[in-house]
Amino acid sequence: MNEVNITVTVNGTTITANAKPEMNLLRFLRSQGIFDVKCGCEMGDCGTCTVVLNGKSVKSCVTLAAQADGSSVWTNKGLGVVDALTKKLQKAFVEHGSIQCGFCTPGMIIAGKVYLKQGGTPDREQIKKAISGNLCRCTGYKKIVDAIYDVAEQMQE
Amino acid sequence: MGNFELIGKALPRHDAWAKAKGDQLYSDDFVMPGMLYAKVLHSKYPAAILKSVDTSKAEALPGVFAVMTAKDVPLNIEISKFGQMKDVGGGFEGLYKVLAEGKVRFKGEAIALVAAETEEVAEEACRLIDVDYEEQPGVFDPEEALKPGAYIVSSDSGENESNVVMKCHVGKGDVDKAFAEAAVIVENEYRVSPHDHAYLEPEAGVAWLDENGVVTMRVGTQVLEHYRTIAKVMEMSQNRVRNIGAMVGGGFGGKEDITVETYLALLTTKTKRPVKMVWTREESLEMHCKRHPEIMRYKTAATKEGVITAQQAEIIMDGGGYKLLTPWVQMYSTLSGPGCYNIPNVQIDSISAFTNNTPCSANRGFGADQVNVAYELQMDELAVQLGMSPLEIRLKNCLRNGDELATGFVPEGYIALEEIAQKAWGALEATGPKPECVDGTKIGRGMAIGMMSYGRLTFMHDSARVGVRLELDGSVTLRAGVPDIGGGQASVLCQIVAEELGLPMERVHSYIMDTHLTPLCGTTTATRQLYMSGNAALVTARVLKESLLNMAAKMLQVNRQDVKLINEQACVINNPAQSVAFVKVVAALSNDGIPLFHEGQFNAPFTDVPNLCDIKGQIHPDYTYSAHAVEVAVDEETGRFDVRKIVICYDVGRAINKNSCEGQLEGGAIYNLGWLTENLSWEKGYTKGHSFAEYLIPTSADTPEIETIMVESGGGLGPYGAKGVGEPSDNSITPATINAIYDAVGVRMKELPITPEKLLREIKKVRK
Repeated sequence: MNEVNITVTVNGTTITANAKPEMNLLRFLRSQGIFDVKCGCEMGDCGTCTVVLNGKSVKSCVTLAAQADGSSVWTNKGLGVVDALTKKLQKAFVEHGSIQCGFCTPGMIIAGKVYLKQGGTPDREQIKKAISGNLCRCTGYKKIVDAIYDVAEQMQE
Repeated sequence: MGNFELIGKALPRHDAWAKAKGDQLYSDDFVMPGMLYAKVLHSKYPAAILKSVDTSKAEALPGVFAVMTAKDVPLNIEISKFGQMKDVGGGFEGLYKVLAEGKVRFKGEAIALVAAETEEVAEEACRLIDVDYEEQPGVFDPEEALKPGAYIVSSDSGENESNVVMKCHVGKGDVDKAFAEAAVIVENEYRVSPHDHAYLEPEAGVAWLDENGVVTMRVGTQVLEHYRTIAKVMEMSQNRVRNIGAMVGGGFGGKEDITVETYLALLTTKTKRPVKMVWTREESLEMHCKRHPEIMRYKTAATKEGVITAQQAEIIMDGGGYKLLTPWVQMYSTLSGPGCYNIPNVQIDSISAFTNNTPCSANRGFGADQVNVAYELQMDELAVQLGMSPLEIRLKNCLRNGDELATGFVPEGYIALEEIAQKAWGALEATGPKPECVDGTKIGRGMAIGMMSYGRLTFMHDSARVGVRLELDGSVTLRAGVPDIGGGQASVLCQIVAEELGLPMERVHSYIMDTHLTPLCGTTTATRQLYMSGNAALVTARVLKESLLNMAAKMLQVNRQDVKLINEQACVINNPAQSVAFVKVVAALSNDGIPLFHEGQFNAPFTDVPNLCDIKGQIHPDYTYSAHAVEVAVDEETGRFDVRKIVICYDVGRAINKNSCEGQLEGGAIYNLGWLTENLSWEKGYTKGHSFAEYLIPTSADTPEIETIMVESGGGLGPYGAKGVGEPSDNSITPATINAIYDAVGVRMKELPITPEKLLREIKKVRK
């Protein structure tokens, strides 16, 4: 089988593994035991597999693993350990009741983090736009927006 | 009610941290050594006769470990139970078939199973299975299916005489006389579309044989008790099938029927290897059951003062290819048919039909939502004809405490319809006078109210069990077979036990969802967990509390009734300084050999199986009442509409966890706001909306500002007077929005989904 050798730094740890050229980053990460990256549709429509690749948020199901060769990937779980903003968002999600089934949560927190990292302000409409690529079927989004809004406010203080 | 330490607070749920940090594992996240991957071969056609299935080429493919068809299933056709422990018999219980044989009844029906070394090999093997189909014309419209000479969907005995699934009737009074005497009669036909649950976690699971040959699995489900059906299908004893469950990434009724469980049991038994199966989004959208599309013909009569005198409806339901929960959903539609109004003359007749569409079964709302759309559109039209406001006509007719339902049953729980209708509408009005136009769009406001049961049909004799153990360090372990589908079903049990025992919530840890180890709570369906398992947790905690208080009283040398449990202490009520630590009381109980564990049970009211031709008396334990007020903006040039504001008002009885309760109400509102526009695009049995790029569920950008008002009457049958809200939360939002569109542009949309094209066409008609 034609396989490519891929080296990716995931949450600060370097992983080297062989993968088929057509393998997407989502499957690659999950095959390496990174299970906070969820598979909701594998077509780029739902956002449950959102990760940070070289500083940008991407849907890992529509990113080839090979494209990530030599890159750094952060997931919500990894960021929660090292990144103060992610920690704040995780806490806000818990306290605002923004989490029901939790399947969208890791991707949603990444979407919120990227919004805030890029200078997002406490503006409900802007927050809604920023996370509109991440679907949630449980919450009706209100409490998710509440949580991101809360952290945005904290950042302005 | 007394003072609470924890009840009513917006407490973080105990499961929220694991989910926030990415530590929560779901069905697809479990990996076992030597695991194989399984795939399903689906039918290419919605209607066909299976002439033969040749699996030889697939079996010869390297890496394939098992290929199974109907002939390999020990008991391929079984009457499906949904956790009920009572045989309700006749007509109610749906036939469940593991793999297709005889006639294929819908596109995507499972024909064969493959287990292979990799997913790719399993897919390749599916392609190598040679199926000889004899394509059939099929029938795709329930009214066509009911005509004499229609194509018969099923080839199985008991179902192959006609396409009728069930007929049902409820009525009282004399509708003919009422119509003859009526000042106003409104008559309309409504059609609502199938609705997908669209949980973000597709169906998945992993199964293996343990060292004793027990079929063991981790499959997220709403019904752990399906282990009994799995055992029957496998012809094994029930104590040799174990589902350890998994946190469910959304259910909404779609994980109420069996999904991957039987497939996994078959494959792991055959291969003796662990097996994993994960459905793709396309499989999920195409294969699993939907909300029933219904055709509803309504006729409503009123006096010139606006008093409703008669409600008559004919309901036709599309059951799709298999029976599943259709009869039960139909009962809900029929019983909810009259609406949340006090009407002296009622006649509701329903019929459901097999078609070659995707099977329909449970979906949040369970038959109550469809008829709610119809009767709430009727109400608005009546109001228009009578020159009344939408609020006025509802206040004049809505159910009040002491009123009887069409079956003659008088609900025991509190009815706050009048209050919540006023509060919802009042809150929308309080945002200011309605603008005519904003940015070139027409603004409209509308409202609707509704009711839906919580707790299962009472003739099913529902029960729930919860176990609680006091640990020697003063912590508490709760064991409950409660499928947690994200509504906080387990967390709320911890909250109740912590409240009763005077502990902080983090001192109560729950161990949930294991058919071998946790007391069976019953299903996470029918909005029953808080009501049933919540009450079971309450009675269980109170048994242990009694032991603790008796021992504490002895230690404090006071009377039992003078002691309370609070802040990890047992203290004298009038002198809190006189206290003993909770942990010391537990130690004293242990020293004296008094049990530190109790398993308690709660039973719902039990009734007899009703006569389907004329349903009378109590059918549900109680009801939750809803009101929604909505403001929309409609673009008359394009037919596009946007919801600008939603006010939700419910009597929740008591909000045990404020955040969880609000979360249900908000999530439910957006769930059925989606129903307005979501489009599975069924075409002759084929699902065209088979991805999230085509089947568009609401995104955050589509979601308006929501104001949530919770009324707490304390008049529910759940713990501390709570009512259930999980399913009732999606009632009345859909008709409220349609009524708001009418208010904006004078067009009443009577058919779902509402697409811009359809709305524009209707707008053009009235503009002519």
